[in-house]
Amino acid sequence: MSEESAKRLAIIAAHGTLDMAYPPFILSTAAVAMDMEAAIFFTFFGLEILKKGRIDKLKVSPVANPAMPMKIPNIIAMLPGMTPLATTMMNSWMRKAKVPKLSELLATAQEMGVRLIGCQMTMDVMGIKKEDLIDGIEIGGAATFLEFASQNAVTLSF
Amino acid sequence: MSDLKPDLTLDNSGLSCPMPIIKTKKAMDGMKVGEILKMVATDPGSVSDIQAWVKKTGQELLEQEKEGEKFVFYIRKVK
Repeated sequence: MSEESAKRLAIIAAHGTLDMAYPPFILSTAAVAMDMEAAIFFTFFGLEILKKGRIDKLKVSPVANPAMPMKIPNIIAMLPGMTPLATTMMNSWMRKAKVPKLSELLATAQEMGVRLIGCQMTMDVMGIKKEDLIDGIEIGGAATFLEFASQNAVTLSF
Repeated sequence: MSDLKPDLTLDNSGLSCPMPIIKTKKAMDGMKVGEILKMVATDPGSVSDIQAWVKKTGQELLEQEKEGEKFVFYIRKVK
């Protein structure tokens, strides 16, 4: 490893949807496997990912999502039942490709020592209590994330 | 077929990113310096990923080959 090579991966997860929850876990676990340290800061709707029992129930919306392989106009995509349909389809593609479930990636991340930080301010805004969130995480603010990210880190936001 | 004699064989067939890298890392952690890991994967992305992984972690990719649908890597633990 060269001296100038980054030692840390610092990720912000700000979206609580099925598609946006995957990259933080895939990248952070891969980073630890590459001898880096990794942390994910869950803020705004990203905090949904850390709620007890929620991670495998996250959804993906077909509305305003033109990259979805199911080509349907927004006016249809907004109808009741379309978001669950899109979610079921995406989950089945993931299963077929043998991509681990989000709960499995979360368990792997925790086992490998990825720091999972819940945003205190978001908890205050949305009325989320510490006991609403899964065990084994940290609660902190912007400074907690920035202190980690400020030392030789690659920083990404999802 | 390689002439190398692996000390450990790890089959990651059917697994997709990032699992082959994670399992390779875990297997290597349990090995001694100088030992050789044979890692088998079917994820085509693992060809690029294993090369990147050895570059970042400082391990040594001795050989890689393709056997049908499978990609086979021989990695020596150097530290």
